[in-house]
Amino acid sequence: MTMSLTEQFIMVGMVILGTMLTRFLPFLFFPVGRPTPKYIQYLGQVLPLAMFGMLVIYCLKDVSLLSGSHGLAEFLSIALTVGLHFWRRQMLLSIAGGTIFYMLLVQYILV
Amino acid sequence: MEAVIKSRQLQKALQAAFPYTIPIFASFWFLGLTYGIFMHVCGFSFWYPMLMSLLIFAGSAEFVAAQMLLGAFNPLQALAMTLMINARHLFYGISMLDKYRGNGWKDLYLIFGMCDESFSINYTAQVPPGVDRGWFMFFVTLLNHLYWFSGATLGGLFGALLQFDTTGLDFVMTAMFVVIFLEQWLQSRQHRSALIGLGAAVLCLLIFGADKFIIPTMLLILIALTLFYKPRKRGSAL
Repeated sequence: MTMSLTEQFIMVGMVILGTMLTRFLPFLFFPVGRPTPKYIQYLGQVLPLAMFGMLVIYCLKDVSLLSGSHGLAEFLSIALTVGLHFWRRQMLLSIAGGTIFYMLLVQYILV
Repeated sequence: MEAVIKSRQLQKALQAAFPYTIPIFASFWFLGLTYGIFMHVCGFSFWYPMLMSLLIFAGSAEFVAAQMLLGAFNPLQALAMTLMINARHLFYGISMLDKYRGNGWKDLYLIFGMCDESFSINYTAQVPPGVDRGWFMFFVTLLNHLYWFSGATLGGLFGALLQFDTTGLDFVMTAMFVVIFLEQWLQSRQHRSALIGLGAAVLCLLIFGADKFIIPTMLLILIALTLFYKPRKRGSAL
């Protein structure tokens, strides 16, 4: 870690602030009994999917396609995670299976 | 006498709430333990997962917070990133405007603890007759919070004792988001916003590089989604 303790406190504080803002703002902004703006309702429907798409890429941002195993371990493990999820559709099984497979790959096979 | 009635009421609400939270217990302990171990692998002492799980109580934001703590000091990006990751809570809040009002001081805790799971249960659960709704929702939230907090703390502590090679365990975050993404994809009738999210992120990653692509991506997503917004259409905006 390159940050000082104070800087870390500020960073975590920002994450707390951001989280609390997203949870409390609707209750401050929209009084009881008044309809929510259509645009806000629309964003509520479409934002989550886009967010999780972005987060998948965020997790893979440091994978190098030009060196190491060229992202092969990540590709195979994501494929297995997706396959497991289509097979059983049990979140914990898919996550655990994909992660263990990835650990085996990077520790023993694609070292 | 009043105290006896009160404690009966609390007990009833807790007994009604607990069964709803059992699946959450399994999932939060698995993910919480993993989060704690992940934090340990990243070089953080158990205080970090302990305090962060207690005070943030938003799984994806906590994983990302760990990544950001390892990167450069950039509070504005931390705030913007958290706002975007947790933007969906805004819409949970909009759905809970009635339910999370009128429960006295408990409202503050209910809103504070409105993670995906607490929201899903409190939004959908049928509270049995004779059980106080406010206390029911309070216990659902409290139990979830405890599961997450204890899992993350134990993971942070236990991580130090792990004897096996944890290389690659950080992939759990990728797997988690892949599965959440897939679940949302399967449950959604439209896939445009999913593709916008993926596409915008890949594009901005190529243009701006790994350290600077998140904020441009979020702006691009908002712009693209807004362009596809058709205000005149009544009913479903999709």
